[in-house]
Amino acid sequence: MSSVRSAPPSKPRARPRPRRLSAGDRLFLAVIVGIPVIALLVFVWLPALASIGLSFTSWDGISLSDIHWIGLDNYQEIFTNYPPFWPAVQHNVVWLLFTALLPTPFGIFLAYQLDRKIRFTRIYQTAIFLPMVLSLAVVGFIWEIIYNPDNGLLNGILNGVAPGHHIDWLGDPNLNLWAVLVASAWRHTGYIMILYLAGLKGFDPALKEAASLDGANERQTFLRVVFPALKPVNIIILVVTVMESLRAFDIVYVLGGGVGSKPGMELLSLLITDNIIGESSHIGYGSALAVVLLVVSLLAIGTFLVQTFRKEDQ
Amino acid sequence: MTLQSRTPSPFRAPSRRNVVRGALGVGAAALAAPVLTACGGGPAADPKTVTFGSNGADATPKKAYAGVTGAFTKDSGLKVKTNTVDHDTFQKSISNYLQGTPDDVFTWFAGYRMQFFAKKGLAHPVDDVWDKIGSGFSDAAKQLSKGQDGKYYFVPLYNYPWAVFYRKSVFQERGYQPPATWSAFTALAKQMKKDGLSPIASGYGGGDSWSILGAFDYLNLRANGYDFHMSLMRGEVSWTDKRTSRTLDLWREIAPYYQEGAGGRSWQDAAQSLLDKKSGMAVIGLFLGQQVTDESLRDDIDFFPFPTIDPSFGQDTVEAPTDGFMLSRKPKNLDGSNKLLEFLGSAKAENLYMGVDPSNVAVNSGADTSKYNALQKKSAELISSAKHITQFADRDSDPGFISTVVLPGLTQWLGHPDDGSALLKKIESQRSRFFTA
Repeated sequence: MSSVRSAPPSKPRARPRPRRLSAGDRLFLAVIVGIPVIALLVFVWLPALASIGLSFTSWDGISLSDIHWIGLDNYQEIFTNYPPFWPAVQHNVVWLLFTALLPTPFGIFLAYQLDRKIRFTRIYQTAIFLPMVLSLAVVGFIWEIIYNPDNGLLNGILNGVAPGHHIDWLGDPNLNLWAVLVASAWRHTGYIMILYLAGLKGFDPALKEAASLDGANERQTFLRVVFPALKPVNIIILVVTVMESLRAFDIVYVLGGGVGSKPGMELLSLLITDNIIGESSHIGYGSALAVVLLVVSLLAIGTFLVQTFRKEDQ
Repeated sequence: MTLQSRTPSPFRAPSRRNVVRGALGVGAAALAAPVLTACGGGPAADPKTVTFGSNGADATPKKAYAGVTGAFTKDSGLKVKTNTVDHDTFQKSISNYLQGTPDDVFTWFAGYRMQFFAKKGLAHPVDDVWDKIGSGFSDAAKQLSKGQDGKYYFVPLYNYPWAVFYRKSVFQERGYQPPATWSAFTALAKQMKKDGLSPIASGYGGGDSWSILGAFDYLNLRANGYDFHMSLMRGEVSWTDKRTSRTLDLWREIAPYYQEGAGGRSWQDAAQSLLDKKSGMAVIGLFLGQQVTDESLRDDIDFFPFPTIDPSFGQDTVEAPTDGFMLSRKPKNLDGSNKLLEFLGSAKAENLYMGVDPSNVAVNSGADTSKYNALQKKSAELISSAKHITQFADRDSDPGFISTVVLPGLTQWLGHPDDGSALLKKIESQRSRFFTA
């Protein structure tokens, strides 16, 4: 990339000197690199750093002179005495595990089946991928109708099978998270399926053939040949799954009625908005929560990147 | 909370990017700015124009406000530039809005919620206006319009009472009597359950958890009185106080009579179940009338005030949230704004408004009440006979405290109403975070 500048000083004589950039080129480069860099700094790094700074303060967001430095108080309060915090952490973890263990493998399974050129495969593909085309908020509406306690689909069926029984899908704190997870999985499966299917389409069939010549059965072929060979897709899927779990927000927001965290459905992202958006905002407190989420995300992403690159280097 | 906000369209959910931007603190102002300050710059210098920020985005209030401002223009020759923003968005972004370039006059709510922004210096006092409109308002209304510094900051337009609503025909058919005391009330609920009704219609699912606060407020007001309730709301007494636990104990007595599946139902669906004669009663505000589509049904709806618990307090308090107007801190056209507020505080403006939107009661005593329907008349009587008027928990208290601490706690508890002391401890531990300043 930067061979022009970082080339050792002894070498230039050996090679023809690279042509100097004309003023126009330099201007072009400055604009094309400079603007994104400034945008990145202003819109990503500055707010992130400001947020970290604000997390050590107490501020109602109204006048700058009201910002009080309170050190680690916000964090101490959050970790020791903020009732929804630990449930939120727990729910984020549940979200991650659930998404990684059920809809993701299921999406892969579907992709593998659909790749075998079964009949009507296009129809299946379309049907399973369809939810992905919808915004997660719209998915929320659809499931809101299904879960409605009075005239929803599920309670309608339930009432037919066992009259008088009534399940409060979205209201019961022990149940609502799972109800939301099912709705989110409904969409996630199609997403994973299409990603994996794309990978399978580019897979060299000769490898499969070779495996079957060697006497491998379906299961062995998939686990030992196909799955490892699709490493790039697997990495994308892993990243997508982790990201979707950490940023889980919109569907919970919609199914929770659009007013932040609900008992049983607390998530870190919702707690942040609870504290920051609204009439009496606690910018400092919310920022501290945001920093917690940032650290968790960085840990997840960092671990993953280190792992991947270490292997690549070897 | 007002009725218009009660049909939150999830399309309104802020996009993730916006939320994150907000979460990062810095972009918070940007969130509201493009929507709310759309007409900030242009008309600034125009002495013939007043800008008006309205949260009445639903068809009915929008039409009503348009009628009112149109009449003002006719009277005064001043143009009103209305900037309507969706109700929930307006509420959520109010502090950014007021710090940016707000409209001269804007819609808001009475009570602590108004006083909060007055205290923060984000509103302009309107004492001059009150010198002229004051005669039209009762002392209770005057009290509601003052900030903590004793100056006026608010001009009321309408209010609506909370009570226990029922259908006359259901009570007639089954021979029920509107109960006046707590024991009669619980006995009636028990009887209704026996008769196969859901005694108390309830839907506090999703974004409607605010609706349970009506019951909480009344229980606390009836059992512990106005003064205790207000101190509790303002964060001046401990939530672990014996009196608060008593409120929860009373609530636990009627919790079994709540409609099943309430945690997943909207208030509209709960109200509908009352209209469909599936539920017997509902603790709700007059805005229940919004659910009525068949006018003949309206005559069949009645209410009784929340029953007496402690005879020494009786039924002296009525919960009647008041909506009205405030003046932003640096109005661009102060004279014009004062004239507009004067007009908005007049009986004429109230008549114009109520003519379009009949689900409220005018606050100005000079307003024409001859066209009121039976419910409005009864509401007006109920409110005028009250010794104290409360707003609503989320207006009498810090709305952040109510929405992020009290509401999740109460809804969770109401799902399994066991001993409330753990819940009260949890709420109490958060109190100091909101009421230090």
